Amino acid sequence: MADASLLRVDDLALHYQTRNGVVRAVDGVSFDIQRGEALVILGESGCGKSSLAKTLMRVLPRNVHHVGGRVTLDGVEISALPDERFRRDVQWSRMALVMQASMNALNPVVKVGAQVAEPLRVLRRWPRRRALERAAEVFALVGLSNDFMTRYPFELSGGMRQRAVLAMALVAEPDLVILDEPTSALDVLTQASIMNVLKRVKRELGTSFILITHDVATSSELADRVALMYAGELVEVCDARRFFSEPAHPYSRMLMASVPRLRQRERPQSIPGQPPSLLWPPAGCRFAARCPERFASCDHSPPALPLHERHRVRCWLHALDNASPVSDGPRSTGEEGTHDR
Amino acid sequence: MIDSATSAGRRVPLLEVDDLHTWFELRQWGFRRVGTVHAVDGVSLALAHGEAVAFVGESGCGKSSLARTLLGLHRPTQGEVRFDGQALAGLGKADMKAYRAKVGYVQQDPFGALPPFLDVRRILAEPLIVHGVTDRTERERRIRAVLEEVRLGPVDEVLGKFPHMLSGGQQQRVVIARALVLEPVMIIADEPVSMLDASVRVEILDLLRRIQSERELTLVFITHDLSTVRHYAERIFVMYAGRVVESAPVDELLDHPQHPYTLALLSALSDPDADNALRLREVPGGEPPSLIHPPSGCRFHPRCPQAMAGLCDRDEPIEFTPRPGHVSACWLYQ
Amino acid sequence: MIIERLRAGWVELRRYPSALMGLGIIAGLLMLALYTVIAIPYPQALEAWRGGEAWRMHPVNAEPLWLDRLKGGDAPSTLIIEHDAEEVEETMFTGGRRLRIPLAFDFGYADFPGEMNLFLRAEDHAEAPFARLSWLTPDGRDISLGGHRLQPRHRVSISQDRELTRRLGGLAPHIGLFADPASDAVPEVLPGRYRLVLDVVVFDEQADIDATLVVYGRVHGIAGTDHQRRELSLALMWGTPVALAFGLIAAVGTTLTTLVIAAMGVWYRGWVDALIQRLTEVNMILPLLPILVMVGTLYSTSIWLMLGVVVVLGIFSAGIKTYRAMLLPIREAPYIEAARAYGASDMRIVLRYMIPRILPVLIPTFVTLIPTFVFLEASLAVLGLGDPVLPTWGKVLNDAQTQSALYNGYTYWVVAPALLLMLTGLGFAMLGFAMDRVFNPRLRNL
Repeated sequence: MADASLLRVDDLALHYQTRNGVVRAVDGVSFDIQRGEALVILGESGCGKSSLAKTLMRVLPRNVHHVGGRVTLDGVEISALPDERFRRDVQWSRMALVMQASMNALNPVVKVGAQVAEPLRVLRRWPRRRALERAAEVFALVGLSNDFMTRYPFELSGGMRQRAVLAMALVAEPDLVILDEPTSALDVLTQASIMNVLKRVKRELGTSFILITHDVATSSELADRVALMYAGELVEVCDARRFFSEPAHPYSRMLMASVPRLRQRERPQSIPGQPPSLLWPPAGCRFAARCPERFASCDHSPPALPLHERHRVRCWLHALDNASPVSDGPRSTGEEGTHDR
Repeated sequence: MIDSATSAGRRVPLLEVDDLHTWFELRQWGFRRVGTVHAVDGVSLALAHGEAVAFVGESGCGKSSLARTLLGLHRPTQGEVRFDGQALAGLGKADMKAYRAKVGYVQQDPFGALPPFLDVRRILAEPLIVHGVTDRTERERRIRAVLEEVRLGPVDEVLGKFPHMLSGGQQQRVVIARALVLEPVMIIADEPVSMLDASVRVEILDLLRRIQSERELTLVFITHDLSTVRHYAERIFVMYAGRVVESAPVDELLDHPQHPYTLALLSALSDPDADNALRLREVPGGEPPSLIHPPSGCRFHPRCPQAMAGLCDRDEPIEFTPRPGHVSACWLYQ
Repeated sequence: MIIERLRAGWVELRRYPSALMGLGIIAGLLMLALYTVIAIPYPQALEAWRGGEAWRMHPVNAEPLWLDRLKGGDAPSTLIIEHDAEEVEETMFTGGRRLRIPLAFDFGYADFPGEMNLFLRAEDHAEAPFARLSWLTPDGRDISLGGHRLQPRHRVSISQDRELTRRLGGLAPHIGLFADPASDAVPEVLPGRYRLVLDVVVFDEQADIDATLVVYGRVHGIAGTDHQRRELSLALMWGTPVALAFGLIAAVGTTLTTLVIAAMGVWYRGWVDALIQRLTEVNMILPLLPILVMVGTLYSTSIWLMLGVVVVLGIFSAGIKTYRAMLLPIREAPYIEAARAYGASDMRIVLRYMIPRILPVLIPTFVTLIPTFVFLEASLAVLGLGDPVLPTWGKVLNDAQTQSALYNGYTYWVVAPALLLMLTGLGFAMLGFAMDRVFNPRLRNL
């Protein structure tokens, strides 16, 4: 079976050790991304979406209890690489991460251009002039005037700093860029223009994106596919068009109904209840407690059931739609791979 | 609480704002003046009893400064705020305190808005203590009543909890309860849901709207997100660089925006739709204006696609009424 | 509230052995302080520490008893031999009486006594009586100690008798009188029953004579004695409440006032803040110790005055800057703004909303601050600026220093107060550092 995906993630897990016990921030997450595709990981705060990004990039806090799963980039299992090689061969050059609020993490005493060129100088040992030339190209790409290369971060507005951070992520021409809430601190107009930049980069360079956000409207700006995360698990992974028009999982449907819309007159509906604690997730379906459609089977954890091509739903309701839910893979939870062809 | 004005003349103005300016001096070393931030720069409006209005604008447009000036937390540099016909600037200490009891405040960050070292009972008791409700049983009764009203239960359990033991939505309910416990006639909610999760936002907005209509409160709802206002306000004021650029009833404004800035805001906002990914959005270029040196003339003119040279960059637009009930400060409607 | 936070903190604190040990030490000191204050009332302690006649029965510079025994020594304790009226032989003669007063005692220690004094009382005598003293050793020798015309309160310093020393072959009387004549170069004690016999001629019909022989030991009690024969245990015990009270009051006084002043500066900003800052900056470069020395020298060394000066100078200290930095972000906290919006007064905001916010973080600092003030008090006393009347640890150290205790080999004189000071420091430090880990959010999870 030829595998055209750029990135495959199988059964990824990240558990933290805290004073109160083990927090299962990421708990058996599997998905894949094709080259040039943008996957949005959508979820409410505390669902584990930022932890997912950190696990992929191996920027982990000290209190990690367990990291598990397999990450394959272009057929190479990068999760098996030693840290040193991962840092040298994968970080920045193949996969880049724009962390949440990283626009405020720029070094305040180094000129922005030099900071953007830095990865090239360190990773590829490029001479200064060449790295700066490349940085200028990326500045143009993200819509920043070259005048700003010689400015310091405090001389830039929030939107410009976010562009600079984007430029830094793109400077080594990675195949995949992971963006964690890239626009959440920005104004509406700035948000829109940053999203425009991302769209243009995706179209022109064919870069793949993982966009992590809590904002449904923002997610629709870039998504080819959407993965909805809830309490450490992906409850639905789906084509964007289908997700925004007819989502399958009850949580997806309720989330879509809770979004206030500008151009429609329906009143948004809230989702009663709260997400479960990641310390002691419930034994069965993690959404069951808030789900209006729950039934007896929901006491057992549902596997990610294939519904359409490259569409998986972690909900027993859809086991009924499909006579033989999983014919091409193991059925047990936590081991589901995303089989697409 | 709410007097005869409710039924008879529901639209009697409760709050009038007249050419309000709130400026902040920037000082170096604590004394040398290096500039003035024109946070609110000439706002006039009138809010009726029992009306729910929304102020919409991007960060730095002065909407929060306006809210704080209305709350009496900032002293206006120029202009006047009148509440029930009384100018705030002329109120004595006791009258100002009485005014503070009449105006409730709901903030953006619910966790920060609650003192972390007090439990819910004490948090809700504080305003009552400050306003001289000395009887313990009376306080307890009012605290319980207001917790019921914001649907935060079970009350006995919640009373003893500390803010960090509550979820974001529950914290915001406590904040709302605190704003209501003194039985105000007006609530000012500054971005009450922007720090909350999508699924909780609607709950809190519904709660505010329900209490507003049940208690016939005047609600000032401040937000940066136009998409949340439709069901939760009757009138919208769009603010830009310290001024109100457009105001109209909600549906009128959302369906027939007139001011180029409102148009830009609306076109930058998306409803969830897979097609969004396929097209670039139209965004006015440039950066939000400096409040220290605001642009001359119309403050939006440097970014406005329809700016008319020689007019928009020179003269401040006055208010025009392009459609009935729809006010827009733009020379286009001259 | 804060109580809740403290309760939660306590539960966590119990997990640290150092905290428990520190608490144990502090509890021990507190109990000692409490016992002292109840057992030896303040005026009594002051009176006793003034020294003088009350201590005449105590040895000078005696080691603690247990220390000597621990070293395997057998130094004598003090023997006080009162005359027994039954054993007095009385013969009458015209114009007076002749009394023979024997003072007998057994001496079995391996070491010689430290000193010997005879106290005589001959009150209400029309004419001063005359006494002749003779010393009878267990082996039957009779050594004359000379004759004295008795004052109403008479003291015969046997150890100081130069004449006797000469007769004993250069040995001090309290050694020579007890020495075994058989021993050679190094005198050895001759154990057995000794007698001092007083032959007194009294020129009065009724008036009586009281005689008390004190054979001073070389060891005394649990803490020994100083050069003024005072029991060191008195000072060591009374030093505990004084030190704790000084440390606690100074720490509470400086911390709380500093905190309130810092909070007011932060809250009111403007000239209030500027004034507080400038005062602090000026005060920070003023050296505390020299100022205290100055006050002590020129004015008074009363411990309460010193305490006052320490607190006053401690208010505008570096603490103001630290607390200001901690309070500045709290000033801008939304909950403070909310409190203003519902009409809370300035004082309420400062005292009830700003200060409680940083109090949990301050408690550990506060605990570790206590011993620094205890040490400060001791340092002042060592410099000779201790309270003139109060017995304190520092005073003991100061006495030890002026009497060259270490040079003379009286190590116990220095070690005991130093040990108590260190124990105090250790106790509070152990508790404070453990509390810091519990209450200081930045150190959590480390």
